Parts: sequence; structure tokens; C-alpha cells
Amino acid sequence: MKIMVAVKRVIDYAVKIRVKADKSGVETQNVKMSMNPFCEIALEEALRIKEAGLASEVVAVTMGPKQSIDTLRTGLAMGADRGIHVEATGDLFPLAVAKLFKALVEIEKPGLIILGKQAIDNDCNQTGQMVAGLLGWPQGTFASKVVLDKEKQEVMVDREVDGGLETVCLNLPAVITTDLRLNQPRYATLPNIMKAKSKPVKKYTPEELNVATKSDLEVVEVTEPPKRKAGVLVSSVDELIDKLKNEAHVI
Amino acid sequence: MNRLVSFRSKSRIGTTPCSSSFYARLLGSSIDASRTRSTANASDSLATVSRCSSLVPARTLTGSSLFGSRNGSSARLSNLTGHGGSQGVARRFCSDAAAERESMEYDVVIVGAGPAGLSAAIRLKQLCGEKGVDLSVCVVEKGAEVGAHIISGNVFEPRALDELLPEWEKEEAPISVSVSSDKFWFLTKDRAFSLPSPFDNKNNYVISLSQLVRWMGSKAEEYGVEIYPGFAASEILCDDNGSVIGIGTNDMGVAKNGSKKENFQRGVALKGVSLAFSGNKMIQCCFMRAIKLAGRVTLFAEGCRGSLSEKIIKKYHLREKRNAQHQTYALGIKEVWEIDESKHQPGAVIHTLGWPLDQKTYGGSFLYHMSERQVAIGLVVALNYKNPYLSPYEEFQKLKHHPAIKPILEDGTVIQYGARTLNEGGIQSVPYPVFPGGAIIGCSAGFLNVPKIKGTHTAMKSGMRYLLHVLAITVFVLLSGIPASSSFCINEYKKKESQNVRSKELSIKSFLCFCNCPGMLAAEAAFGTLLEGSNLDSYWTTLQNSWVWEELHKARNYRPAFDHGFIPGMAISAVEHYLFRGKSPFTLKHGKPDHEATNVARSHSPIEYPKPDGVLSFDVPTSLHRSNTNHDHDQPAHLKLRDPEMPTQVNLPEYDGPESRYCPARVYEYVPEESGQLKLQINAQNCLHCKACDIKDPKQNIEWTVPEGGGGPGYSVM
Repeated sequence: MKIMVAVKRVIDYAVKIRVKADKSGVETQNVKMSMNPFCEIALEEALRIKEAGLASEVVAVTMGPKQSIDTLRTGLAMGADRGIHVEATGDLFPLAVAKLFKALVEIEKPGLIILGKQAIDNDCNQTGQMVAGLLGWPQGTFASKVVLDKEKQEVMVDREVDGGLETVCLNLPAVITTDLRLNQPRYATLPNIMKAKSKPVKKYTPEELNVATKSDLEVVEVTEPPKRKAGVLVSSVDELIDKLKNEAHVI
Repeated sequence: MNRLVSFRSKSRIGTTPCSSSFYARLLGSSIDASRTRSTANASDSLATVSRCSSLVPARTLTGSSLFGSRNGSSARLSNLTGHGGSQGVARRFCSDAAAERESMEYDVVIVGAGPAGLSAAIRLKQLCGEKGVDLSVCVVEKGAEVGAHIISGNVFEPRALDELLPEWEKEEAPISVSVSSDKFWFLTKDRAFSLPSPFDNKNNYVISLSQLVRWMGSKAEEYGVEIYPGFAASEILCDDNGSVIGIGTNDMGVAKNGSKKENFQRGVALKGVSLAFSGNKMIQCCFMRAIKLAGRVTLFAEGCRGSLSEKIIKKYHLREKRNAQHQTYALGIKEVWEIDESKHQPGAVIHTLGWPLDQKTYGGSFLYHMSERQVAIGLVVALNYKNPYLSPYEEFQKLKHHPAIKPILEDGTVIQYGARTLNEGGIQSVPYPVFPGGAIIGCSAGFLNVPKIKGTHTAMKSGMRYLLHVLAITVFVLLSGIPASSSFCINEYKKKESQNVRSKELSIKSFLCFCNCPGMLAAEAAFGTLLEGSNLDSYWTTLQNSWVWEELHKARNYRPAFDHGFIPGMAISAVEHYLFRGKSPFTLKHGKPDHEATNVARSHSPIEYPKPDGVLSFDVPTSLHRSNTNHDHDQPAHLKLRDPEMPTQVNLPEYDGPESRYCPARVYEYVPEESGQLKLQINAQNCLHCKACDIKDPKQNIEWTVPEGGGGPGYSVM
């Protein structure tokens, strides 16, 4: 069985984000980029399934500009067997990514797709669900535990939901999106980084896959959140109610 | 497997279990050190060469020359591991399972992807290209990416870059802002007095060194250098004879208490190895032979107070070797601001002296206008300050409020913050840079020109110089027709038609003249000492004959003059600059080492620093956030106390805990325990890798060791 894992190149989580002067987005020039932490977890889960003997191959997929290949190489260094890079300039919104994924699935025919639950740059939390919808496959999102049963061709997923933990049983092929508590991703060791250089990476463009990436959404403006104002000490309950009513307009 | 109980009780290093196994791991890892390997291209040539070289012990060893074996504390161990030379399996005194690391072999291993390390790597590949040989070069870097740990003023003198990559302008190096004005101010609390500028920055550029190094990294990769960021060199690997054969990287995935997490990865050993010869050309063979005779080459380019470099200097007594003085340091704290368009003057350079530092504290500030409305502003404070209540960070915050500086920064925003120590010792403190198995280059040795306040160009040149001397050896071998010690070379020589060889001889000669290399003399010296199997002394000679030495020699008296106070310092500097012009007959010595210079707290009174206003001045956590610093929290603290009781018994009562003040990242804090007693808390996650604590701790109790690779600051425009 083949597993496809989606990895995304995002601004590193430890970097302080700055909004561009023209408010069109955030500063990405000269800023450290790395693999989305949830994607690392997804890849780690795929590698563990493969090491348990339940999968034959792990394919890492990334979509984005030319530099995304670095993220793919990191994925290969962690242990993925092959890489696929869909080279697309401009913003890719989740629906476009999902459509591209559908096209790739028709080529590769994997038995399982694992994605991170969301990307830390846009926090959309949509791609995994949209992929499942377009393919008509079952989905187990916010996975904190994944147990594969090869004979029965199904997978048990523990989902982290607001009420607690929900366990669902999905028939393969299925889509899983990973949450933080699923596993601890492994480090890419030096020898593996070297070996990764020779692993094959296939390139596609959206045109080759017959997918239109133009989105119905347009980012109008990006601004910093308003600065936190200092708190005010009130001297009595009446003053508090008065302020809540007349200044904050919340009651 | 024996446990290391006995070793731990002797060693006073480290407070966490993992740290004390640090040495044990070194013992274990050096055991598999020097097995000769045959490569695919072997053939008789390799066998011949390995017979000649004294640096490749043929036998697999058990009692390897342990790194700690010269210290009294491990004398017992060397006996136990059969240092007498038995062929049995050595006992591993390491709690980690079989301290065997996977090892990767390269011809040259460079620690640190900074200006010096990358210059050396690029130069090596250039020489390879010219001679038609191929050598594998590996650079390891503890930062998460190349440039992440690079921070400097920086007014850049392109002298060394012109020699290394003359086409840098065409190749879009991030060097675009020429110095447009050069001001020098003496500050008092309210005023700024213009003084004649002692600097000559006419053909220099204002740059971000972090960006330049990133560009150099991409250039190095184009040449085929393998650069691995995110890997920290934490151990030095030695062979039987005590020569360095490579380094080992940190184990990853070790938990705070020393146990292995689920993603544990053993570190990797990077070693230099016997070379495989490619091609039949005479030149190639001699060049390769030279590198091989130079031994497994490991270059340490870790920057100021490099953790492994300091160990090397101590182990091989490199300061004593040339009667060098101790190194003296300063702490530089810097911010990059984005300011109002109207206030921005690209290329404007301002240096100041005086306020906020007092007469007894050496230091000054800088303000450089970069491109894109950015300015770099920083304060450099010499670490031999006497008052334990001084906080360089707070002095920097004060500086920004000065009436001459405030208007420039007003309405601006801070983009990044960082701090790093730098060398101020000059030529008096440069240790002998060569040791068996490699050399120390760049700021790890300490080539910063203090009065010029520039160290980048000298660091780069020191890296390049190292490679040049290797070429010199090649020449000697070639021209003297010696290789009597290598029958291979003679065979090769006979294979060549004489004309071809002669033309190659000539080309080498002219090349050397062009490079201004001392040529035969150096090669002679090198070859002679090499046959004795020791080291690369000709590097030392060529270094002393280069412009690096000339520059440092002229600059040697300025800094030590200030040890006598501000006015005498200025006076002597003026005499040096205008009268002697660097040709003075005397060489001033440095005062006490920085850590000894701190007075006890009772002879000073606490300094009241103003509260940060959040617009111009900030508190440490806010600034730290801007440095993009992070370390995985669940790892052993990389800042080790040699004596865990000393902070509460000496540092706090006698010096009032100076580490809580000089650390620009608030790593050290004295917090009250339940009993009310103050205890030292080490927030290792904040560390900016500046090394100030390693330098300034009064009893040298704090040892900075390298944390897991990929951690630390994330500078991009510093």
C-alpha cells in the first residue's frame, strides 16, 4: 500500500512575524522557512506505518514555488521514498491544493493520505477535509492515535474533539489529518540527508494536471492585531457596570 | 558494559547525567577512530602512500589516545582501556549504548559556516578546480540555517572578498550600500561632540553580515561544498598519536534528565580520511599528497570563544607555544531598526565613545544606515569592566535615549535583536593556530582589528591563507623532485613527458608569485616538519607574512592603552596614530583576564537603570523574542556549572550574581526557593550563544557547551 503525505513549506514557527509595509501580506524575504510542524507529524506517522510493514512506500508531496523543494528534501531525509513537487507560483488556497491532490491521487493511487491538520501560516484547517470530500473518501481529522488493520482494510483513528476523544473506524482508502499529540517527529540525520539527495523527485505543474488554481478568494489586507491597551482599575462594581455598558458596549 | 561510576566522581563537570557522559562518550567514540579504509580507487598508489604517512596508524586500536588522557583525572581510565596497546576489545565507559557513531568521511571538515569557514571551503574548492583534483569538503553549522548565528556591525572591507570571489558584484552579493559619511562622536549625558574620525571607511560598505554569509553559503554549495546546518559539533575525535581526526556531532533527542526520547539519534562522526587518488597527473598527485601529509584536516571556525576551539587551545597549549597573552573580549549588543524614510541616510556611519559608559569602562556604540530604511545600532562593552552591577544590556537601552540618537530611532520599529562577544586581544593574544590534524581560523583564533573594529576581512583571509600554504607544499614537492619517500610519485613522474611537466612547473611558480606566497621557503619548512609527522607550521609563517599580520601589528597598542583609563588611552592612541603610525617600538600588554577584572560587589553600589519605555527601550523578554531564539525545551541544559554550589556560595554573596546582569538573554536568574534562599535558575532555552558567561564568570565556573543543533538565535539581517 502506498501512503501519500502532504508537506508544506511555511515560515518557521520560532520566527517573529512582521507585516509588510503595504499590508499585502507578511514579510517572507530573508526569513527562515521550514516544514509545517503538523506535516512533520504526518510524515512521521506514515514512516512508522511503513516501518511496521503495513505500507510499501511513502510519497511526500509539496506544492508551491521552486524553494519548496528544500522542504521536500527534508521529508526525504526523514525517510520518505519519493517526492512529488507541484510547482505553482502565486497563492494556493486550500481548494486548489485539494483539487491538485485529487489529480495526483488519480495518478498515484495511494491507499492512505495523511496531512497535517492545518498550516501554521494560514491556519485554514480545510485542505484535508476538502481532499476527502472531492475523492469521496472517509476522513479522520485531528488524529491523536492511528491504528491500521491491513487484513480488514480499515483504520481506527482517535480524534481529538471538543468533548474529548472520539474513535472512528474508516475503510481504506482514507484521509487522515494529524494533531499535535500523535507522535514526536524524528530528526533527519546527516547520513540520511546525504542519501536524500539521490531520491527521485517528480515535478508537475497545475496545467499538466488540468487543475485551475485561480481562487474565488482574495486577500484584501493583512494588518497586525491592535496593540493591547493597558488595563484600567475600577473602584467599585457600579463603575464596572457603567464602563461595561457605556464604554465597551458589551451589556 | 561497565558503568562510569568511578569516572563521574572524579570529574566535576556537569550537573546533569548526560553531561558527565560527555567525556565518556568521547572516550568511547575515539576508539573506532583510526581504522584505515580502502576506497574504490585504491590501487597500489594508496597502499604506497599510507605506508609513507605517519598519520594513519594501520592497526585498529583499543587504547586510543583519549582526549582527556592528559588530564590527571582520567589517568586511571587510560590504564583500564588498555592504553598499553592490547588488542582486546576496549571497555566502553559510556552509559549510552555502544558509543559507536555512524561515521562519514571527508577530506576536509570545517566546523562553523561563518566568513572564515566558508572562505576556507570556497578557496579549497577553487584550488581543486585549478589543479583538476577533487576533494570532499564538509561544513557543519550549529545554527538552523547558514547565517542564523551570524551577527556583526557591519562595515565591511571587501579586501578579502575581492581575492576570494572577485566577481561578487556581478554575482549579486548583498553588498550594495557604500559608506557615505563617517562620524565620530564623544557623548556626554546630554550632548554629542564631534571628533575627527580615526577610521578610513572610504571604500567600505555597510552590510548585514548574516545576509552576506548566506550568500557565501550558496556560492560554496555551487562549488560543491557540502554544508549541513542544524548539526552541532560537540566532540573532538583523536587518534592514537593525539592528532585530531575529526569531530562528532551532538546526539539529538536527549531528554532533560539525560534519558533518550523516542526520536533519539546518535551523533555522527565526521572524519578526514586517507585520500583516493583520481587521475594520473603529477600535479594532482602532489597536491593530494600535500593535503594528505597535512593530515586529516579539521578546521575550527567557530567564531569568538568557540567551544571546541577553546578545548583545542588548552589541549595543545597553543597560547604558550608563541608566548601569547590571554584573549580579551567585549560584548556587543545590537538591534536592527526600520526607521522613517526622512531620517534614513544610506551609508551613514556613526561611532561614539563616552556616555553611557564611564571613564573606567572601555566601549562605544555604532549606528550604521543600511539599505531599505534599516539601521543597525549597537553598544560594545569590553568585558574587563570592574563594576559587577554593570549591565551591558541596560546601558544599551540608556544609549538609545540620548538626544543625538533618539531622533533617528523615533517612529521606527525594531526588526531584530541579538548579542555576541568579540575578540579585543589583537596580535598579542592570537594563539599558535596550528595543531596536529588541523588549524583554528577566524575569530576562534582572534584576528579582529580592534581600532578598525573590523574582523570579517581578516577572518576570511585567515581561512584562505590556510589553503595557500598547502599549495606551497605542493610546489616544493614538485620542484624539489623529492618524493623519494613516495615511489608512487616517482613512477608518475616517469610516466609524464618532460615537456608537460615543465610547463606545469612554470604555471605553478607564476601562480605562487601572483598569490604573494613565500613559496619555497614555506614549503620547505612545511615539508620538513611534516615528514616528522607533526604539523602545518608553514601556515603560521605564511600568515605572518600576509596583510592580516601587518594590519594587526599596526593596530596592537590601541586597546591595551585604554586599560590605563580613558584619558591615557586616548592620549596613547593619538600618539600611536599620528606620531608612530603603527611603527611604535613597544607592544603594550593586556591587563588582567576579563573574569578576574570584576571587583567584589561591596566596593561598588548598585546602578539604578531606568525602566524601559516600550518605544525606544525594552525589557529583555521583548528583545529576546525579536532574536527568534529557540531551543527544544526538553534537552539537558547546555550551560554547565563545574561546581554547582559556587553560584550561591561565591557568585551571589561576593559579586551579587553578575551573570544575571551581563547575560543579554536573561538565562541566569536568582529566584527564591521555598525556604526563601536564592538559587540560580538557568533558562538555557533563552541562550543567544554569545559566550559572555563562559568569559566573564568570576571563577570560570560556567562552561558553555553546544546544545542540540538547530537551536539558538535566528538572525537574518544582523
